Amino acid sequence: MFSDQIAVDIKVPNQTRYLCMIGHIGENIARTLKHYTGDREKLAYDLNLVLTEAMANAIQHASIDGPSKEVHIEINIISKRLIIKVYDFGKGFDIDKYIHPRHPLEEHGRGIYLIRTVMDEINYTKTDSGHVLEMIKNLN
Amino acid sequence: MNLHIDDRGAAVLLTIEEERLDAHNSGDLKTQMLKLFEEGKNNLVVDLQAVRFVDSSGLGALVSGFKNASSRNGSLKLTGLQLQVKSMFELTRLHRVFEIFNDIDEALGSFQQ
Repeated sequence: MFSDQIAVDIKVPNQTRYLCMIGHIGENIARTLKHYTGDREKLAYDLNLVLTEAMANAIQHASIDGPSKEVHIEINIISKRLIIKVYDFGKGFDIDKYIHPRHPLEEHGRGIYLIRTVMDEINYTKTDSGHVLEMIKNLN
Repeated sequence: MNLHIDDRGAAVLLTIEEERLDAHNSGDLKTQMLKLFEEGKNNLVVDLQAVRFVDSSGLGALVSGFKNASSRNGSLKLTGLQLQVKSMFELTRLHRVFEIFNDIDEALGSFQQ
C-alpha cells in the first residue's frame, strides 16, 4: 500500500531570502518519501525548482503591497499525487504567455515554462484575495 | 553573494561560491559583471563548480552577462557545471548559446588561442 500521505502548510514573508528554505523543504520531501521508486535526486531538484520558481513568481509579479505580505504554500501528497499550491495576493498574470519556451537570449520569463516541463499539470486560478498556482506531479 | 574575482589576463575568472544561484542572489552577479564590463573587462569565465542549484533567474543573469560581453566584442564562457545544473541549460536550450568547458584551464586557454 502507498502510505506516503503528507500535508505541509507554510506561510513566509514574500522575500527572496526565504526561497532557499522553501526549496529545501521540497528536496527533503523527495528524499524522505517511503514508496517513491523513480530517480529521487531528480525529484529533489525538480521540487526545489518548482517551489523556488513559484514563490519567486508570487513575490515578483503578483504581490502589490511589498514585503509586509506573505506567500502561502501548501504541499499535499494524496494517493500518489503530489499537489503544490502557491497563493499570491496580487493582480496575477496571463499564464498562457509564459507556458512555451523562451528564446534562449531572453533574460526573463522562463519560470512557468520550467514548472510546466517538470510537473504533469499546472493551473493558475483566481481566489477571493488573489490567485493560486497549482502544480501537480504523479509519483508513479 | 559570495563571489571570487580573479583577473587572469586573457579573461577574468568569476568563481561563484554559493550553493544556489537564484532570484535572491542573481541580481548581485549581474551587478558584479556590469562592473567588470565598465572596467573594460569583457572576457569572462564563470566557474559554477560550487553551484548545485540554479533557477530561471540565475540562468537569466548569465544570459545577461553573455549578451553584454558579446555586445562589447568579448565573451562569457562557463565551466564546472554539475550534472543537474547542466540539465537546466539543456532544458532551456542554453547549452547551445554558451561555450561550456570541463575545467577552468580549458576555459581560460580558449581565450588565448
